[in-house]
Amino acid sequence: MKLTRREILGSAGALLIAPDIAFHAHAAEPQKGGTMVMGSTQVPRHLNPAVQSGIATAVPGTQIFASPLRYDADWKPHPYLAESWKIADDGLSCMLNLVKNAKFHDGKPVTSADVKFSIETIKAHHPFKTMFEPVTSVDTPDEYTAIIHLAHPHPALLLCMSGALCPIIPKHIFGDGQDIMNHPANTHPIGSGPFKLQEFKAGEQITLVKNPDFFIKGRPYLDKIVIRIVPDLSSVVLATENAQVDFLPFLAESQFIKRLEKAEGLGVTDKGYAAVGPINWLAFNCGKPPLDDKAVRQAIGYAVDRDFITKALLRGTAREQRSPIIESSPFFDAKIPPYDLDLNKANAMLDQAGHKKGADGMRFKLTVDYIPGGGEEQQGIAQYLKSQLKKIGIDIAVRASPDFPTWAKRISNYDFDLTMDEVYNWGDPVIGVHRTYLSSNIRKGVIWSNTQQYRNPKVDDLLNKAAVEMDAAKRKAFYDQFQMIVGDDLPIKWLNALPYHTAYDKRLGNIPESIWGSMQSMDEVYWKEKRS
Amino acid sequence: MGSTAYIARRLLYGVILLVGVLVLNFFLIHAAPGDPAQTIAGAMGGATAKMLAEIRTSYGLDKPLLTQLAIYLAHVAHGDLGTSYYFNQPVIGLIAARVGPTVLLVLAAQVFAITVGVAMGVFAARKPSGPLSAFIAVLSTIGYAAPVFWTGIMLIILFASIWPIFPVDGMTSARFAGGYFAYIGDVLYHLVLPAFTLAIIFLAQYSRLSRASMIDVLGADYVRTARAKGVSETKVVFKHALRNAVLPIITVAGIQFGNLISGALLVESVFNWPGMGRLAFDSVLRRDYPTLLGILFFAALMVIIANLLTDLSYRFADPRIRTGGR
Repeated sequence: MKLTRREILGSAGALLIAPDIAFHAHAAEPQKGGTMVMGSTQVPRHLNPAVQSGIATAVPGTQIFASPLRYDADWKPHPYLAESWKIADDGLSCMLNLVKNAKFHDGKPVTSADVKFSIETIKAHHPFKTMFEPVTSVDTPDEYTAIIHLAHPHPALLLCMSGALCPIIPKHIFGDGQDIMNHPANTHPIGSGPFKLQEFKAGEQITLVKNPDFFIKGRPYLDKIVIRIVPDLSSVVLATENAQVDFLPFLAESQFIKRLEKAEGLGVTDKGYAAVGPINWLAFNCGKPPLDDKAVRQAIGYAVDRDFITKALLRGTAREQRSPIIESSPFFDAKIPPYDLDLNKANAMLDQAGHKKGADGMRFKLTVDYIPGGGEEQQGIAQYLKSQLKKIGIDIAVRASPDFPTWAKRISNYDFDLTMDEVYNWGDPVIGVHRTYLSSNIRKGVIWSNTQQYRNPKVDDLLNKAAVEMDAAKRKAFYDQFQMIVGDDLPIKWLNALPYHTAYDKRLGNIPESIWGSMQSMDEVYWKEKRS
Repeated sequence: MGSTAYIARRLLYGVILLVGVLVLNFFLIHAAPGDPAQTIAGAMGGATAKMLAEIRTSYGLDKPLLTQLAIYLAHVAHGDLGTSYYFNQPVIGLIAARVGPTVLLVLAAQVFAITVGVAMGVFAARKPSGPLSAFIAVLSTIGYAAPVFWTGIMLIILFASIWPIFPVDGMTSARFAGGYFAYIGDVLYHLVLPAFTLAIIFLAQYSRLSRASMIDVLGADYVRTARAKGVSETKVVFKHALRNAVLPIITVAGIQFGNLISGALLVESVFNWPGMGRLAFDSVLRRDYPTLLGILFFAALMVIIANLLTDLSYRFADPRIRTGGR
C-alpha cells in the first residue's frame, strides 16, 4: 500500500489533476474571513525558503511563495503552480506546464523564466544540495512551459518541487544582481502564494494578509495569519491555553502535549509531519576507540531501552524509531534489527570485545553530548544514558554545551564520543538520509554531515544506486539492503520519531495534515464560526 | 571649575568609557566558544564547507580579530553599528524598534516603584512599630530577596494560568484591531505584569529607604516645631517631612538606572516583551556579535547619560557640590 503511494513519486507518466483540487473534504462551505494567530518558538532569519532551510522560514515562506506541486497526506502529488507535469520515459527530463493565471503579489505574471531562475537559485544556494544536483539545465520553450534536464534519473524530483523545498521566486526581484543570500527582498518577499507579507518584525511577529489575486479562485479562506514568535515554549503553550494563540505546530515536549490535550476547546494531532521525518538518535563517533569497534556500538544498542524512552521518558507521545528512514516512510524496512533491551547480551559482547570490568565495575569512560535547548528529547535522554549504561559498566559523563554553536563545533570537529542529535528525513532519503551515511559526506566542520565518520563501501554503492533508480520497487530494495547493513554496523542508535504535534482551536477547519503540514500552503484553513 | 568645562570633561569621559565598553565587550564576546557561522548554518539546516566559508567571508569573520575590531570601531565612529549576522539587517534598525518598549517598561517600573514605595515607606514611618510597618518590612524584604525572573514566573502562574486575566505574550494582542486609544489600552494591559515584576525589587528598596528617611525627618526639630504650632498631621507628613525625606530616593533612583536596565533584560525574556533585553539574550545564544555589541553600546550610553544628568542636577540643586564643598 505504502509502496503504491510512493510509486506515484517515481512515476514517469503524466498526471493531470484539476488545479484547484481540495485536500480536505468539506462538510459544508467554509466560512471566509478571520485571523488565525499561530504560535512559534522558532525565529526565522528571513522568509526566503529558496536559500534557507528550516521550519522557521518554511512555515511563513510556503504561505508567501507557491511551489510547482504540493502533496496530500498520502504522499500523492497535486498540481499547484504546475497544472500538469510529465517525466520522460528515460527519466532524464521533466516538463512542467504552469497555470496561466498565477501572478506575483506585485502583479507580474509567474512564468517559466521564474521557474528556471528559482531552480537554479536553489541548486546554487540551498543547503540541501542533493535536491537539484542532477539538474543540468532548465529550458523555457514558452512562457508557461519549463523543461528540467537531468544528468541522471532523479526519483525524488517531484517531491523536491513541493512545499518549502521549491518556492518559485520572482526573477525580476531576486535576479537583480544582488547577493541572493543577503538580498533585501528576503525579509520583504514577493511571492505568488495565498498570503502576502504585511509586516516582518524580526524575532517578534510575521503578519500575512490574504492575497486577493491568488490563482486558486476563492482561496485563501482566512483574511490574515499572524505568526507570533515566542521563544519560550511554556509561554506560547500558556498563550494557546488562553486562546491568545489559535494554532501551535511543531510542539514536541510531551508534558505540554499532554497538557494541551486536556485543554478545553483545543484539538491536538500528530498528523502533518510525515515528510519532515524528524528522528531523535544517539550517534557514535566511529572514528574513535572504543566506538570504532562495531561490537561496542552494538552492545550499547542492546543496553539502551527504546521502549522506556518512548513510554516513560516521553510519556507515550513519541513513536519508536529503529531505522535511519522514518517509520512512516514507504522506504522503511521493518526487518531492520531492533536492538531490543538485552543487558546480558550487551555485557557479554563487551566482555568478548576485550573490555573487562575493572575493580570499580566499570569498563571504560565515555562522554555524551546533547543539543542545548533540546529539552527532554536531548538532555533528558542523555541523563538517562548515564544511569542506563552504568549497568553494562560504561561510565558516562554528560557534557553540556552552553549553546548551539558550541555543540555544533564539537560534533562537526569529531570532538565527541556519543551525542544525542535530531535530524530530519525531509521527505525523501536522497534529501535527508544519504547525507548522514555516505562516506563522501564526511566533511569536518560541517554539522549534520556524516559526523559519525561512518564508512562502508557497500552502503555508498547502495545509496548511490537508490539515488538514480526510478523503479520504485527496485529503489525500495536498495534501501532495504541499506537498512540491514547500517542496522548491523550501527553507527547510530535510532531512538524515536520526534513527537511533533499541532495544537489548534477546534473552531478551525481543515487543519493542515498533508505530509508537509504547516510547511505547505494553508489556503484551505478556515474558521467554522465568525472570528475577528 | 565652570559648568561648561565640567560638562565637557564629563562628555569626554563618557566617550572614553563608551570606547572602553565596546573594546572590552568585543573581546569578551569573541573569547566565548562558538562560531556565528555555525549558528547560521544550524538555522539553515546545515551547510557545506564552501557555504560556511562564504558566510565567514560575507561577515568578515575570516579576518584577524584586531582587524575586525578596527573595522567595527571605524564603522561605529560613522554611526554604523553593523549588520546583524542572524537577521542580516542593520543593527541600528533592530535596536531602534526595541528601544521604545524597553524605555516604556523601565519608566513604568520606575514610576510605580517610586510612588508606591514612597507611599509604603511614609505609612510605615508614621508608626514604626505598628503591624502595617512590620507587614511592609516583610513584604519589602521578600520583594528585595526574590530573583526577578522567579517573581515573574510566579506572577505568570498566578495571573496568566490559575487566574488568566493578563496576557503573557508581548506588548500587544496579535489580533488587535482598533483606534489609537484602544492601542494604548492594549499596551498598558500587556504592561501590567512585566512592569510590576521589574518594579517589585526597587519598590522594596524605595519603601525601606523612605521609611528610614521619614523616621529620621519626623524626629527633626522643625517637624516637632510644626506639630507644636498645631499644623495638621497630614500637612506635617506630606508638606514638611516628605519633601526632605524624598531627596535620598531621587539620588538612589538615578544610581539604580543601570540595575533597572539589567533587570529589564530578564523581565523581557520572561514576558516575551519585545525590547532590547530579549534581543540581547537571543543574540548571546546566536553569537550575533554586532547586535549584542550594539545593545551593550546603547545600554552603556543610556546609563552614562542618566548618570551625567543626575550629577548635573546635583550641581544645580546643591551649591556645595558646585563649589567643591567650600
